[in-house]
Amino acid sequence: MSSNTVKKQTSLAGLAKSVVRKQIFIPIAALLILVLFNLIADPSFFQITLQPNSEGYNVLSGNIISIIDRASELVILAIGMTLVTSASGGQDISVGATIAIAGSVVLRVLCGSNTRPDTLQAPVIVAFIVCCLVSMLFGAFNGTLVAYFKIQPMVATLIMFTAGRSIAAWINNNELPVISDPKFAYYGNFIPGIPIPTPVFITAACLIVIALVLKFTNLRLYSQAVGINPHSSRLNGINPQMIKFITFVILGLCVAVAGFIKVSRLSTINYSVVAKDIEMDAILAVALGGNALGGGKFNMTASVIGAYVIQFLTTTLYKYDVDSAAISAYKAVVVIILVVLSAPIVREKMGEVKKKLFPAKTAKEAA
Amino acid sequence: MKKFLKTLIGATLAFSMAFGAVGCAAKQAAEAAGEGNGLIKVGIINNDPNESGYRTANDRDMKATFTEENGYEASFYYSLKNEDQIAAAQQFVQDEVDYLLISAAGTSGWDSVLQDAQDAGIKVILFDRTIDADESLYEASIVSDMAQEGQTAVDWLAGQNLDEYNIIHLQGVMGSSAQIGRSGALQDMADSNANWNIVKQQTAEWNAETAQQIVQSVIDSGTEFNVIYAENDDMARGAVQALDAANISHGIGGDVIIMGFDCNSWALEELLAGNWNYDGQCNPFQASYIDDIIKNGASEKVVIMEERGFEAATITQEDVDNYGI
Repeated sequence: MSSNTVKKQTSLAGLAKSVVRKQIFIPIAALLILVLFNLIADPSFFQITLQPNSEGYNVLSGNIISIIDRASELVILAIGMTLVTSASGGQDISVGATIAIAGSVVLRVLCGSNTRPDTLQAPVIVAFIVCCLVSMLFGAFNGTLVAYFKIQPMVATLIMFTAGRSIAAWINNNELPVISDPKFAYYGNFIPGIPIPTPVFITAACLIVIALVLKFTNLRLYSQAVGINPHSSRLNGINPQMIKFITFVILGLCVAVAGFIKVSRLSTINYSVVAKDIEMDAILAVALGGNALGGGKFNMTASVIGAYVIQFLTTTLYKYDVDSAAISAYKAVVVIILVVLSAPIVREKMGEVKKKLFPAKTAKEAA
Repeated sequence: MKKFLKTLIGATLAFSMAFGAVGCAAKQAAEAAGEGNGLIKVGIINNDPNESGYRTANDRDMKATFTEENGYEASFYYSLKNEDQIAAAQQFVQDEVDYLLISAAGTSGWDSVLQDAQDAGIKVILFDRTIDADESLYEASIVSDMAQEGQTAVDWLAGQNLDEYNIIHLQGVMGSSAQIGRSGALQDMADSNANWNIVKQQTAEWNAETAQQIVQSVIDSGTEFNVIYAENDDMARGAVQALDAANISHGIGGDVIIMGFDCNSWALEELLAGNWNYDGQCNPFQASYIDDIIKNGASEKVVIMEERGFEAATITQEDVDNYGI
């Protein structure tokens, strides 16, 4: 009896391990293809230089730096989106609009009632904290609709998707504040004397925090359990509504950080275009990571790599002068290929083909 | 929990009904006041004021002009959707306004409602955007000539007498009238002159951050350029940030000429500080033209507004105050 359970456990662990290995294979393969393409087409793509910027500080520049820098907001959003997807089995399509709100709040706190202040009206940290609170509140709003009112996540978040940008404009009385204090731009660009863009550090901090949270709390277990079967998880003493709610609040926090970086990059905001279509990219990152969009098991690392892949693709397309209007079409094609390849049915078929081609090798692997 | 939900729903319903009632009462009061007090009733259909700084300024100008002190009773309706605007126009016709002022979101589908307006004796004035309808259906249309804006900018650039023009051309949302007009003049010039090269032509969709990424990718690829022609101020701002990060000088005495459009106040201040070189106006102040037509009649069908281009060398603080939006 006891040996039987042990055996079952090891085989389960083995299974889980191989699934994880397979899942993370997709975004890494996509990344490798892009790297390979760029290596062949133009190796100078990977060139990184250290040169002074207009303020005289040395900063790193080059396509790779651009990718890591520009992907920051997307990576941070992908963290929250993965959790929401896992627990609720749906996606939040309002993140672009709530980024506009978060950014608007930051500017409102920093500018006060004057839209063009010479000095900041409040410390940046205060603005950031207020922005976090507001974003979590909007996250909680979405979470309440999904968890307690049992509305489909995409439908529930459609409300903020539609209203968010108008709310953002309303927060600043339809004005477009501009901050002239260079210190505010540090968070989205460079801190004097440090050659690496600040968003990279912020992203790293977020990744470390989420890694610790997933390691030391039951968040992963609970959200996966809720995503796979809310009823049986309730029977096991987990409150599925609370878990769903919490994932939306966490996403709200991610939105706040992303929104803060976004407004800091330009020291201003344009409500109708800031973070436009970023919700689609965030959902894509989760899909590219091979995570089931219907909820359940997730792999955070894969989502994060997925986000970097998307930015890699975008920067590559800019570099090769892809006809401006066609960029999203190219993205779509690449995404279709990747998503189709990661579909279980296709993988099953590919496995069969592989078995036919190398019967000995697969047999050995299986053994 | 259930009880809580019930209370919540009840409260929401009560709240919305109360508000609805207040809204109705207010509307009725306004209608009653409009009759027989000698005010000119105008129904104004505009795009969402949050769409852009241009629209915000435009809406503010409208609200400032069509006031009771100026002899108007104005009702406003905003939407970015053409069909919603048409429905609102229908409503205004039923409400028997005297004038219908329209900035149409789309160009088609307006014929029948304009015909109804004409039958009801309501005069229609189009502003900012034109529509595909017979000219007899409206009194006048007051528009910006986007192609002329582009031409003014390109003429100014040609006047700089550079030996070679290597231009990064940041376009707006493809197919919009501003993009077509502002791109056209530059494209013609580049096609007909050997020393005008467009080294990069891409849409940043009016978005500063996309513009920043595009310019960054040009810098990373090592391509030489000395002009950035951005079709709005936001994109020019994004481009300048990319230049700053790479220590490329710009503006007066700099290596790269920066050109923008729309004349946002902050953009004109950049001109004043010498960081940018040129900014083309896109005039959002149509209200005074409309006011003139209502009070004195229209002399021509299509009124093209006067629009200027500002350059860093000659701009003054007064210009910033008067023309900044």
